[in-house]
Amino acid sequence: MQSLIQLEISRRDLLISSAATVAVSGVAAEAAAQSPGNAMTYTTKISFTINGEIRDLDVDNRVTLLDVLREHLHLTGTKKGCDHGQCGACTVLVAGRRINSCLTLAVMHEGEQITTIEGLGEPGNLHPMQAAFVKHDGFQCGYCTPGQICSSVAVLEEIKADIPSHVTGDLTTQVQLTPGEIRERMSGNICRCGAYSNIVDAITEVAGTKT
Amino acid sequence: MQFDTPAATNPIDQLKVVGRPIHRIDGQLKTTGRAMYAYEWHDPNTPYAYGYPVGAAIAKGRIKSIDVSAAKKAPGVLAVVTTLDVGELKKGQFNTAKLFGGDRVQHYHQAIAVVVAQTFEQARAAAALVRVDYVVEKGAFDLEKAKDSAIEPAAKPGEAPPDTAVGDFDAAFASAPVTLDETYTTPDQSHCMMEPHASIAAWNGDKLTVWTSSQMIDWWRSDLATTLGIDKEKLHLMSPFIGGGFGGKLFLRADAVLAAFGAKAAGRPVKVALPRPLMANNTTHRPATIQRIRIGAGRDGRIAAIAHESWSGDLPGGGLETAVNQTRLLYAGAHRMTAMRLATLDLAEGNAMRAPGEAPGLMALEIAIDEIAEKLDMDPVQFRILNDTQVDPENPKRPFSHRNLIGCLEVGAERFGWSQRGRPGARRDGNWLIGLGVAAAFRNNLLIPSGARVRLDREGIVTVETDMTDIGTGSYTIIAQTAAEMLGLPIEKVAVHLGDSHFPVSAGSGGQFGGNCSTAGVYAACVKLREAIAQKLGFNSDDVVFENGEVRSGNRSVRLAEAAGSDGLVGEDTIQWGDLSETHQQSTFGAHFVEVGVDVATGESRIRRMLAVCAAGRILNPITARSQVIGAMTMGVGGALSEELAVDTRSGFFVNHDLAGYEVPVHADIPHQEVIFMDETDPMSSPMKAKGVGELGLCGVSAAIANAIYNATGIRVRHYPITLDKLIGGLPDVA
Amino acid sequence: MRAFTYERAPSVEAAAKAAASNPEAKFIAGGTNLLDLMKLEIETPTHLIDVNGLGLDQIEPTQEGGLRIGALVRNTDLAGHGIVRRDYGLLSRALLAGASGQLRNKASTAGNLLQRTRCPYFYDTNQPCNKRQPGSGCSAIGGFTRQHAVIGTSEACIATNPSDMAIAMRALDAVVETVKGDGSHRAIPIADFHRLPGDTPHIETVLEHGEIITAVVLPPPIGGRQLYRKVRDRASYAFALVSIGAVIQPDGTGRIAVGGVAHKPWRVEAAEAELPKGARAAAGILLSDARPTDHNRFKLDLVERTLGAVIAEARG
Repeated sequence: MQSLIQLEISRRDLLISSAATVAVSGVAAEAAAQSPGNAMTYTTKISFTINGEIRDLDVDNRVTLLDVLREHLHLTGTKKGCDHGQCGACTVLVAGRRINSCLTLAVMHEGEQITTIEGLGEPGNLHPMQAAFVKHDGFQCGYCTPGQICSSVAVLEEIKADIPSHVTGDLTTQVQLTPGEIRERMSGNICRCGAYSNIVDAITEVAGTKT
Repeated sequence: MQFDTPAATNPIDQLKVVGRPIHRIDGQLKTTGRAMYAYEWHDPNTPYAYGYPVGAAIAKGRIKSIDVSAAKKAPGVLAVVTTLDVGELKKGQFNTAKLFGGDRVQHYHQAIAVVVAQTFEQARAAAALVRVDYVVEKGAFDLEKAKDSAIEPAAKPGEAPPDTAVGDFDAAFASAPVTLDETYTTPDQSHCMMEPHASIAAWNGDKLTVWTSSQMIDWWRSDLATTLGIDKEKLHLMSPFIGGGFGGKLFLRADAVLAAFGAKAAGRPVKVALPRPLMANNTTHRPATIQRIRIGAGRDGRIAAIAHESWSGDLPGGGLETAVNQTRLLYAGAHRMTAMRLATLDLAEGNAMRAPGEAPGLMALEIAIDEIAEKLDMDPVQFRILNDTQVDPENPKRPFSHRNLIGCLEVGAERFGWSQRGRPGARRDGNWLIGLGVAAAFRNNLLIPSGARVRLDREGIVTVETDMTDIGTGSYTIIAQTAAEMLGLPIEKVAVHLGDSHFPVSAGSGGQFGGNCSTAGVYAACVKLREAIAQKLGFNSDDVVFENGEVRSGNRSVRLAEAAGSDGLVGEDTIQWGDLSETHQQSTFGAHFVEVGVDVATGESRIRRMLAVCAAGRILNPITARSQVIGAMTMGVGGALSEELAVDTRSGFFVNHDLAGYEVPVHADIPHQEVIFMDETDPMSSPMKAKGVGELGLCGVSAAIANAIYNATGIRVRHYPITLDKLIGGLPDVA
Repeated sequence: MRAFTYERAPSVEAAAKAAASNPEAKFIAGGTNLLDLMKLEIETPTHLIDVNGLGLDQIEPTQEGGLRIGALVRNTDLAGHGIVRRDYGLLSRALLAGASGQLRNKASTAGNLLQRTRCPYFYDTNQPCNKRQPGSGCSAIGGFTRQHAVIGTSEACIATNPSDMAIAMRALDAVVETVKGDGSHRAIPIADFHRLPGDTPHIETVLEHGEIITAVVLPPPIGGRQLYRKVRDRASYAFALVSIGAVIQPDGTGRIAVGGVAHKPWRVEAAEAELPKGARAAAGILLSDARPTDHNRFKLDLVERTLGAVIAEARG
């Protein structure tokens, strides 16, 4: 039924959505031409792995990891909510750790493994966290959702790895998984629709079935 | 379909699909990142360009000149379009401030240029090179100071008059044995939807296609055509997924206008998103209010006199924040008056934000009710029950279509353990002062015409098309449920396509009318389709039954796929509303219960428990309806505890104009939330017998929190947000 | 964001040398503050030196019994380190009170020490700001100042330092180790590292251009109850209105550093001497020269009350 919504949308007009393709824009060369004449240029060749696929790009040094994903690779599941590290909608996993992809440059990720929401699961083959979000209605408009889900997956790993949080009681004992721990750790992902209560339910369910 | 008599039994009442807890049909798209929002449309064969907006650096004045020479020379720049280049533009019907065009600056960060380049990075860098020479003019930015010069605005057609009066308030108030006369303030608030306003514009000759993020497709289409001076029919607008709106995307915004001008100048499709730090001052906000409330009551606890006056500000030509609306209808009382005054302020345009009027109105009124109940030494739940009214207090011959506020209060009090509430400042848990608070929720039910087209194909799939939007409300799902119910199909056999100006014009998403009105429009279209099917099969449409993918009449039955034939069948209609909302007052009701803890040392207030009980007609989908309510409760927590656009009253702008400075609630602020829906239907409201809940859920929440903080601390704060600095002077000594 | 060239530094010395030779160069580590500011053109380097590959990500015991924390150790890793959790709980607590999980995963120890103010007038490039544009004036003074400093301010600037970590480092007497462009090393006591605004609020630390932080060294553990209390409007992901880092010994003596009140972590040794007498006595000295605005006068009360709660918790 999901496809019933979406397929027709993409047929609607000329500008058709397509599967992500590697897009090395012609812009890089032009920007390089503005180089002040030393060996350094305003662009850099990089290679990293996104959702298991190696990507080679030549990017403007200014391009954030977020904009590489969205504008160059058309992996638009990762969202731009603020572009300033204030909302968490751009959360992705780099080497298994969650970060705000808006506050890091693409050129700083040479050789790294990056997982985005598209890499966690797809319609018909959801990651358990994605399925739990659907089941518990852990979203409304859906814009913060990929970031919430990436963060949720990492939060459970962080607790398992005994990384403490602001609400951890005793720093010298193993961190426990509690609703309070989940809420604190998820606080870098803002949801203006206010699905927080349902999101905690979704994460709690996945945590329960994992152990 | 004209809806002018109360709904009788109809196919929706079967409740095989409608009313069921069905998960969102767009859930898999949203949770996998496959739902495409405005800025994300992509054609690999199309070279997009990026537009970056430039906002005015002053609040009021005139632009003498704009120097774009450096910007134009910057790498990758394709075009720079300034507000001076395009000159004065016609303004859209729904905009107060102009979005672009001309040399006047009406508010801070008003769009004055767009720089278009090959890449986002180039456009952003070049935008910083635009140099503007202004003539600054003095403006008014302080509501408190402007209050005395506020005027009584002319009543707008279809809107409530600024002043109302019934009986003799002054005399009744003067003679009341117990009285309250207090002033409350609510600050400017920002929608802060997670998806920034964004548009892609693509010209094809004189035709324009725009992907945008809009709650109201047809309003945008009309206003964008007006602003650009093009024929509306040449404009195709699409907004299938919207990353939140809350009223901030009701009206055309600058991103669409800038994208259209930028695309024209650059000769290729252009993407524009408003940078987050620009949003608070560039777009609309909920205006601040100053509200005076007077209540006179008898010793028996009955309200004899009630008055609510409100002052708000807006740009010239703007409107009121109608904060007194609910006070005309919520409680009984023979002598009553309301009044609203409008000051001129040169801040950004004030306009609708979730539950405009009622949200700030109830923030004040429901503290006042708590205060008068305390003066009467009455329980505030009992006081509200005692002063309930089943008729319009200004016109007792006009009943409510259905009103169960009392039920909400009683069920909520029982479920929440309201009887545990003690005297102010009496309960403590370690370093926390604990308090309980209650407030009534009230929001009118609005009826807007809404159209849809429903197509049955030879696969037996029903496809609904309407320009209705889903801003997170669950429109996709409840529309699919409606069509499935009407045609006797499982929901998997229904496809829903929304947010496209090629589709019939709907109510759109706003004023919590979208759910009821858009499904009623789909209902009407499905009735047409049922008739078409029956007619094609030669069935008597009176006794035809749609069930299990079949249509039956007498002992004949035909599979719907077969009935459709190779060409398929189509039903299209628009629901139109009669006078049932005039003969009967249609409103939604609720009760909010909150438990807070206030840190005895620091005055930080944290929510411990929340419960909402809502009476809002038939609940079309308890999952999505509940989400609307918990989301609204969350916004109410922000409104109570942290949200305030801080005004720099010297230079006239909202200072904390990003998501770090304007603090909306985060996960850690929100406990587990409970919602109860009263089991009811309202046959006056529509064939769906539903009303709205999305705004009701916000109404009263902040006041319930304020009342709970009072119960915890004994400190009455009448000025939102209730931050620790307003409590700290009154907290017990801890040193 | 202005265009910039980019290099990955091969060594600390090379990084320092490269930076020293280019007045418009900046180091980038986590990037969580620098890129935020570059997008707004508050920071406008034309060359970035990526120091992430320099191996400065170790936490090692020192010969003196303390701890050397590499400049590139991420906030998450520092807060979660076993020795830090056991012996320097204040540091762990302060780090965990800051930002979000995502930001702490990226933000570095050195970068945290160098993060710039969150004054909204500093962030809005239309507004005059002496810190952003020396000599242009301070638009915060007389404006919306609820978050701003109450002590150590000047006519030029009333901004606060937003770091939580720095409060802990100040209370723990950390030492900042650096390498300069000429290859020389120095060790800067944290007390001397951050500056008050004076009439040069754009100069926030004593670092020279090109000088790179290599480590932050903690002296041997001092025991005591180590607490960090951050007071803010929302419960998480917000900067402090006021924060107190404290190490309270069983005899009631101890150390306190205060955040959210000044341009640098605020610590007054004379106030600590009053700790055994209670919060009022200590706060009185701590904030004796305070010059609050009408918007932030509440911070004086708040510091005293929060300190009282911290002392009570330490004793309890």
